[in-house]
Amino acid sequence: MSLHIGKNFVPPDVPGKVTGEIKYAEDYKAEGMVFARLLTSPLPSGRVVNIDASDALRMDGVLGVFTADDLPPTAPPANPALASDYVTYVGQPILAVAATSEEIAESAIDRIRVDFERRDFVTDPLESLTPGGKNAYPEGNVLVRTREEGPEGTPIVGAEIKDVKWPQSAIDSMRAGRDPEGGEFTTEWEFGDLDTAFAEAAAVIEEPFVTIGYPHHSLEARTCMAYWENGKCFFHGSSQSQSANNAGLARMLNIDLADLVFINEATGGGFGSKIGPYPFMAITGNFSRVLNRPVQLRITREQEFYIGSARSGIQGWIKIGVKENGKVCGVDLAIVNDGGATGGGSGNSSAQHTTVCLQPEAMRYRGISVYTNTTPRGAQRGPGQNEMAAVLAPMTDKIAKQIGMDRVAFRKLNGLRSDGYQGGSQGPVTSSFIAEALDQGSRAFDWDTKEKQARDLGGSKKRGVGVGIGYHGAGGRGYDGLLRITPDGRLQVHSGVGNLGTYSYASNARTAAEVMQMPWERTEIHRGRSDRHLPHSSGQGGSNTIFTHARTNWVAGQDLITKMKEIAAMDLGGSPEDYDIGEERVFRSDDRSVGLTYAQTAQRAITLGGKFDGTEYPDDINPLTQLAVQGVQGTGLVGVAKDNIPGQGQPPGNIVGFCEIELDTDTGKIEITDYAAVADCGTVQHPKNFENAMRGGMVWGVGLTNLERHVYDPQNGLPANTGLYQNKPPTNMDVPIDTIQEAVNIPDPQNPTGGRGIGEPTQGAMAAALASAITDALDGHLFNSAPTTTDMIIDHLAGNDYSTKSLKTNTF
Amino acid sequence: MNKLTRRRFIKGVIFSGAAASTGAGVYLAQAQGGAGAAERLINLNINGRSRPVDVMPSETLAYTLRYKLDLTGTKIGCNRGECGACTVLIDGVPNYSCSVLTHNVKDKAVISIEGVKAADGTLHAVQQAFITENSPQCGFCTPGQVMSAVGLLNNNPRPNREEVRAALSGNLCRCGAYEHYINGVLRASGQLA
Repeated sequence: MSLHIGKNFVPPDVPGKVTGEIKYAEDYKAEGMVFARLLTSPLPSGRVVNIDASDALRMDGVLGVFTADDLPPTAPPANPALASDYVTYVGQPILAVAATSEEIAESAIDRIRVDFERRDFVTDPLESLTPGGKNAYPEGNVLVRTREEGPEGTPIVGAEIKDVKWPQSAIDSMRAGRDPEGGEFTTEWEFGDLDTAFAEAAAVIEEPFVTIGYPHHSLEARTCMAYWENGKCFFHGSSQSQSANNAGLARMLNIDLADLVFINEATGGGFGSKIGPYPFMAITGNFSRVLNRPVQLRITREQEFYIGSARSGIQGWIKIGVKENGKVCGVDLAIVNDGGATGGGSGNSSAQHTTVCLQPEAMRYRGISVYTNTTPRGAQRGPGQNEMAAVLAPMTDKIAKQIGMDRVAFRKLNGLRSDGYQGGSQGPVTSSFIAEALDQGSRAFDWDTKEKQARDLGGSKKRGVGVGIGYHGAGGRGYDGLLRITPDGRLQVHSGVGNLGTYSYASNARTAAEVMQMPWERTEIHRGRSDRHLPHSSGQGGSNTIFTHARTNWVAGQDLITKMKEIAAMDLGGSPEDYDIGEERVFRSDDRSVGLTYAQTAQRAITLGGKFDGTEYPDDINPLTQLAVQGVQGTGLVGVAKDNIPGQGQPPGNIVGFCEIELDTDTGKIEITDYAAVADCGTVQHPKNFENAMRGGMVWGVGLTNLERHVYDPQNGLPANTGLYQNKPPTNMDVPIDTIQEAVNIPDPQNPTGGRGIGEPTQGAMAAALASAITDALDGHLFNSAPTTTDMIIDHLAGNDYSTKSLKTNTF
Repeated sequence: MNKLTRRRFIKGVIFSGAAASTGAGVYLAQAQGGAGAAERLINLNINGRSRPVDVMPSETLAYTLRYKLDLTGTKIGCNRGECGACTVLIDGVPNYSCSVLTHNVKDKAVISIEGVKAADGTLHAVQQAFITENSPQCGFCTPGQVMSAVGLLNNNPRPNREEVRAALSGNLCRCGAYEHYINGVLRASGQLA
C-alpha cells in the first residue's frame, strides 16, 4: 500500500502563489540596486557601425552603457547576448543602459544614436532555399552540425553556417505537394526497404504541410537581477531549471561553480524557453560586476516576444503507404525547419512523432533547418512532436478512410506498443500502452456513438469529431539524488529540479518520503537557491522530471536505508541484513523493539563521519553534487547516489485525445463542445496535479491548432504581433471548461514509483484531436497547416486556397 | 453608487494622454515626461490603510503598488491591459492596475492581493479553494485570478459556471489552468463539494 504515491497533497509553494507572497525574480530588491534597460534593433538584418552614447552618459543618474564590446566576443552561429557585427532580427538587444531609476534609463535609451549598416533579410525558409534567395546571415542560410576527430579520438562537436540553395524544381515540387527531389538536406536517415513498402501499399497519400512558429510568451518576462559580494555572484533569474542552469551561467560570468548563487524560487512560465541559461543573463551578471552595484534588468512584454524564443516552423512533405490490413508500411518525410535567427529546428523530433504514431516498416527522413531573420527559435513544449501531431492527425484520418478503417482502430493497430520502437534509430521504449489508452478514451468520450452522429447541425453549424495522439520522450537517467536525516529525525530532500509550476520537484520528494516511509509533514524540501546544497539534476523540460528524479530520490533513499542498517548493526549487533525500516525507525526484523530512531541514526552518523555524514561520497556523482554534499557534511545521515538503475529504452509519454467541435461556416469559428484525454504515463503520482497538467496542455493544443502564429511583414521584416492580444494565446473563452482527463495508470517497469512525464504530449493530444475534428467537420478537407485559423477556414469555404497552398510561413 | 468600471479606467488613461500603449509601457510613458518628472505626495487607501506616497503624473497603479509600496504580489505580465496579472479591486471592482493612473484612485479604496486574506492570516475562501483545487501552475497569473474571483463573489455569491468563466475571462493563464480556477471559484461559493 502506497503511503504517498497517487495521493493528493498541497505542494509547499502553492499557498504563496494564492497570497502573492512567493517571489519571482523581479520581486527582489537589493540595497543600492540600479536599473538597466535594453536598446533593441529596429532592423531585421545588418551590423552596428557606430554607437554614440555621449548624450546619454552625460545625463544625471546614468551610470553606464554596456555593449557587445563588454562581453567575450562571439561569432555565428552563437546567439550573442548583445549584437554588433551580426544583427539578425528586429528586437535583438544591442546595448543596455543602467541608471539610478528606470525612467532615467528609458530617457537615456532615447538619447543614444546607433548607426547601422543594412543587410539583406528573409522571413521564409523556402524562399531562402530558392535559387537567388536571400540569406539571413552573410555566410549563408543553414545551420550545420559538425563533428571532427579531436585529441585521443574525442569528437569535437561544433556548428557552422552554410549556404544552401535548392534547384527551382525541388522548390516547385514541394510547393505542389510532391517529393522535393534534388533538394539538399543536412539530416537524413532511413530504415527498411521504402520502395518495396510503397509497392506493397494498398493506399498511398502524399501531402505538403506547413506549421508556423509562435512565441512562448511566458507570462513572467525574463527579468534578472544580480549583485556581487566577495567574488560571489548572487543571481536572481527566471528559469525552468535550477541546477541545470548553474554550469552554463557560471561560464557566462567566468566564475567557478562555487562562486555562483543562483536564486529562483518561482518561475512564471517557461514552456521550453527557459530550460537553461539564456544569453540575456550574461548582460545582467556582467553589467553588475562592471558597475559594482546590484543591477536589475527588466524587459517588457514586447522584448519578451523578441528574446523569449519561439517554436520552429515547418514546411514539409510526407508520403504514407498502408497495407490492406491497415498496417503502415512506408513513410517518406521531408522537413524544412524555420530556425529563425538561431537556426535550429526540430524536424527530427517531428519524424520521431511519426514513428510513434504509425510504426512504419520502412521510413526515410530528410531534414534541413534554415535561418530566417525572425526571432530566435528553441524548444517549445513538445518541439517537433506537437506541431507534427497537428498536421499528421488529419492525414492519418484520410488514409484510414481510404482503406475503410475506423480512425481509432487504425491508431490502435499502428500506435507504439511496449515492444515497438521510436525514432530513426528504432530505439526501444520502457513500456507503451497507446492501444489501452485509445480503448479507455473511446469509452470516456463515447466515440462509437459520436462518430455515427450527423455532421450537419442545420444552419451554418457543422459538427466534427476527432482523435489524435500526443507523444514525447518522458525521462532520463544518470542524475544524482541527495537526501538527509537530520538529528531531529526529519527527512531533508535536496532538489535541483526547477519550479516551473508542474510541481514535479514536490512529487519527486514524495518518492523520497515513500522510500523512507516518512510522514509528509516531517519531510522538508530544499530548493530554489543553489546555496541550499542542490544536487546535479536534469533541466525541467521535456516531460522528464517525474521519471528522472523519482529514480534519483529512490537511489538516494536506498543509500540512506543501507547506511541506517549498517549503523544499527554496528550499535545493536547482527548484520545489516537483519534490519528493516518503518515508522521512522530502523529495527531488527525479528524483534521490532530492538532498533534506533531515524533521529538516533542521524546523531550517530555525525559521530561516525566518513560516508555516513557526507565527509566521503561516491566517485561517480557530478561535481555539482559533490559541492552540495560538502555543504551538508556533518549535519546528519547523508544519502547520496547517482541513478545507476539498470534498464534501457526511452520512457515515452503518450496521451490520446478525443475532441468534438461545432464549426460555424459563416464565421469560421470553432467551439469545442467535448474533450476527453487519456494519458499513458505510468502511475499517476499526484492526481490533482495530473489533471491540471493535462488541462493546461490541452489549452496549448488549442493555441497550436487554431490560434497562435508568428506574423511578419515580409517586405520589411517587421513582426506584426508582438503582444499577447495579437498573438492570441487561448483565454478561458477559447477552450472547453469541463473536460475529462484520465490515465491508463499501468506502472512503468523502469521507475520504482511507476511514473512517466506528461508535460509535452498533453498539448499534442489536443492539437491532433482538434485538427482531426476540423477536417471531419469539413467533409475531410485537409488544411495541412497549423494553425488552421478562422480566416483559413473561411477562405476554404469561399473556394480560396491561397492562405495555405503556398506553404508560406511567418506571414498572413 | 459611482462605481468605477474597468472600461471607465481604461478611457481615463487614454484621455490622459499617457496610456501605456507601447511594449515599453509605463517606463516609456514616464520618460516622455522627462527624467525626474515632478512627483506629488498623495494619500492612497490601500488594503484598508492610508499610505502616503510620492507619485509621478503618469505613474500607473501597478507601478506604485510594486515599486513604491513594495506590494509585489501584484504582477505585471504585459503592462498594456492584455493579461490581467495586475488585477486589483478599486471600490470593489476588478481593474487592470497597469492601465490605471495612480492619481485617479486617490479617493478610492484599493485592494491588492496582499489585502485579501483576513488580518489574522485566515485565507479568503477563494484562496483556500484555489489551494484545494491545486489551481495555480506557475502562479504568475494567480493573484490576478484571485482578485477577479473575489470581485465576482462580492457581487454574485453563487455564480454559475459560465458566469465564473466570464468574470475570469480577462485573466490570461499561459499555463492553461482555467478549469481549475473556475472549479476553485465554484468551490469557494459552496457549489463544489
